[in-house]
Amino acid sequence: MSVLLLLAVMAAIGAAGYIFCRGRVMAQVGGNPRELHSLPGYYGWNGAIMATLPALAVMVVWLIAQPLILESRVVSHLPEATAAEPAARKLAMADIRRVASGLDLAVAGGAIPAQDVATISPGEVRARLGTVGVALGSDVTPETLAAAITWRDQARSGLIGRSVVVILVALAGLAYALMATKPDFRARNRVEKVVLGGLIAASTVAILTTVGIVASMLSESFEFFGMYPWTEFFFGVTWSPNFSGGSTFGFLPLLWGTLYITLVAMLVAVPLGLFAAIYLAEYASPRARSVIKPLIEVIAGIPTVVFGIFALITVGPFLRDWLAQPLGLGNSGSSVMTAGIVIGILNIPYISSLSDDIINAVPQSLRDGSFGLGATKSETVRQVVLPAALPGIVGAGLMATSRAIGETMIVVMGAGAAAKLSLNPFEAMTTMTVKIVGQLTGDTDFGSPETLVAFALGMTLFVITLCLNILALYVVRKYREQYE
Amino acid sequence: MTDISANGAAPQVRSSILVQDVKMRRRNAAETRFKSYGLIAIAISLAILALMLFTIFRDGISSFRQAQLTFPVELSAGILDPNGARNPADLAKVTTVGYGRVLDVALLKALADKGIALDDPKQATALISKAAPAQLRNIVLANPAQIGRTIEVEVLALGRVDGYFKGRVTRETAERDPQIKPVQLDLIDKMRGAGLVALHFNWNFIFGTDASEQRPEAAGLGIALIGSAYMMLLVVVLSLPIGVAASIYLEEFAPKNRWTDLIEVNISNLAEVPSIVFGILGLAIFINFAQFPMSSSLVGALVLTLMTLPTIIIATRASLRAVPPSIRDAALGVGASKMQTVFHHVLPLAMPGILTGTILGLATALGETAPLLLIGMVAFVTNYSATPLDPATALPVQVYSWASRADPAFIERSNGAIIVLLAFLVVMNVVAILLRRRFETRW
Repeated sequence: MSVLLLLAVMAAIGAAGYIFCRGRVMAQVGGNPRELHSLPGYYGWNGAIMATLPALAVMVVWLIAQPLILESRVVSHLPEATAAEPAARKLAMADIRRVASGLDLAVAGGAIPAQDVATISPGEVRARLGTVGVALGSDVTPETLAAAITWRDQARSGLIGRSVVVILVALAGLAYALMATKPDFRARNRVEKVVLGGLIAASTVAILTTVGIVASMLSESFEFFGMYPWTEFFFGVTWSPNFSGGSTFGFLPLLWGTLYITLVAMLVAVPLGLFAAIYLAEYASPRARSVIKPLIEVIAGIPTVVFGIFALITVGPFLRDWLAQPLGLGNSGSSVMTAGIVIGILNIPYISSLSDDIINAVPQSLRDGSFGLGATKSETVRQVVLPAALPGIVGAGLMATSRAIGETMIVVMGAGAAAKLSLNPFEAMTTMTVKIVGQLTGDTDFGSPETLVAFALGMTLFVITLCLNILALYVVRKYREQYE
Repeated sequence: MTDISANGAAPQVRSSILVQDVKMRRRNAAETRFKSYGLIAIAISLAILALMLFTIFRDGISSFRQAQLTFPVELSAGILDPNGARNPADLAKVTTVGYGRVLDVALLKALADKGIALDDPKQATALISKAAPAQLRNIVLANPAQIGRTIEVEVLALGRVDGYFKGRVTRETAERDPQIKPVQLDLIDKMRGAGLVALHFNWNFIFGTDASEQRPEAAGLGIALIGSAYMMLLVVVLSLPIGVAASIYLEEFAPKNRWTDLIEVNISNLAEVPSIVFGILGLAIFINFAQFPMSSSLVGALVLTLMTLPTIIIATRASLRAVPPSIRDAALGVGASKMQTVFHHVLPLAMPGILTGTILGLATALGETAPLLLIGMVAFVTNYSATPLDPATALPVQVYSWASRADPAFIERSNGAIIVLLAFLVVMNVVAILLRRRFETRW
């Protein structure tokens, strides 16, 4: 029975639980709900929950445990050398799974009669699986085939066992709920407890996500640093990965490219965003503000891939033809300037709306005091409002910096792929995010340093942005305390 | 310093507040300058936005119209159905090569009928798209009764013909182009005069499948639309309940302790994590560890769900907080339990705000590209995905993969795909704004 069908059966048993439990308790009080502890629906829900929740838990555990158990049983078929080494074992297991699922497909498609599977010879497996569209890279070894056949048999009996056990648990839960259903049973409290449990579980998803991010990147990064010395990674100045071996992964050119592009982006975004915010907060009439502010925020709503195209097709060639080539600084459309300027534009609304909020939070009394001394509006802004808002603006700048560092599509399309340590802003350089995409797109082999280096880069990126965000949060919070 | 006041003989400065002195004039000039900086900043930002949208529409709008050849084709039974039995199995055996020949013959005949002379028949037949035989084959297989008759068909022209119509291909570029020669451009002009080739609205661009590097004219967005639709559907189904449940717990039930503090810090931090990190998470956990199928919209949806959750939680909490405590007190006062208060009274009142936040979160998720690249959604997919477990692409990823192909015709299509993407985003944002306007309550 497939998982979906099993879920449907469970839902049916749950619905039955609702109807039976509700009907039973109503019958017990002769149809008078006033004699019940809870509203009748709660008894029904209790029945439905008891019937489905434990069964669901059993099914999830089974789904996770079955492949692990199968693997440990099948391993005995493999040669000892393969079984002992984790990477080879992983590969062999993947092969076994592919052959096993291919056999399933072949039986289902009629290419191999079901009774022949146990006696099929290793030589013909590949050809016969090919007829049902399962392409195997090489011929199947006898060990793999034997393991796959065992796997398939045990998986099939496991499947039957799963269905039986899950349905039995569901029925047992239903029976238990029916027995517990009495007029003075505190059904509402039980149901609410389960709902609260669900709410708590949902709120831990955020923590699980962070744990997942950190765990996945840490484990793969450690594996990478097991193959490649961390000193050479963090202090190396050449980046030349080579999928046939002999790669050097010097992180510094990527860091330089990232920081250079971020610098250009901030040089664009901070003045434009800040002046726009000052105008909106201090000068614009409410009407102008209500039009301009949403218009600027439209920029933030446009997907970054659109900015990527803009960098690739419009900004890059423009900078190349009008600045870089006349000045003799290079003839590449993708460059630090291209990516930096476009990321800067993307960050304008971010800086302007954060700064706008912060400038608006500066108490009016400070402005009034300044006007009272005869200062003009711009003098007030420059000498009173901005210094008061400075910590918040710095915080906004840090957050925007963190965004610029983590930006991916614009640099993938606008910055180029050459890892270089150069000062020329019209030269193509590359960033951490570009290289993460480059190393992880297409076929990935989790045993090679060329793939794993992306996780080390990701970890570094995560740590850098995290630090910037925490710093920004700290600065902003500290500032807020002054006026509230 | 004190001498002046001590002597009491300060030089008289004749000044009036009605007449500006030099210093005041300078200060006022600085004021105007400062104000204009703000205006200039806003003008630059909006001008760049306008320029960006303008270039995208200028380059992309043409992709909705495509050069199509229209001419009568004789579906000769001798080639298309050698057995004459109109048996679907026999018909399906005739490959696109056979249909290609039928098209070639028909086009040459149509040209001869219109009196257009040719130096070399190849010049004309090369103008038929490589995707056209498959189009004709589908027409015939859909209705085998047409075999033996002559029907008027509309098939795709070569991508270069389309480029010539749209100004992308000129006589100068054709000199260096292996796919088309200037002579053929003259031929296209004649054919255009004879009504054999023209630009028509191109449904295939919106609903068709992607096509290989050599036939940009046949590339369509269909698979990307399906992938994006599956993902949006799954993201709503997953992230709305989880996000609302988490917000209800944090806002209404959670005690103030370290655990809830930790959750809060996590949520605000996840909202700022670079999107590509979520892609790494998806690759490592969902694909490598949990063995979900690569390139599937299911994995894409899971990754986007995790990315959207913080947005939804932040919006939901804000709108839960906006429901006044008096509502809760009233419900508790008539004997509702805490849970009933929240689900029967607070949540319905907060719903418009929650939905607005969800739609805006979805709009962000719809435009997200980087994490989807890492989980393999950039792969070349030629079959419509039937379930979320099948390989698919997504709209923004299609934009990227077309932009990275060599033929300039794909740049046009990339911009066209952006227009489709932006249309969806505009609709979503307008719905969100209308929802807010319509249901927003000020307490």
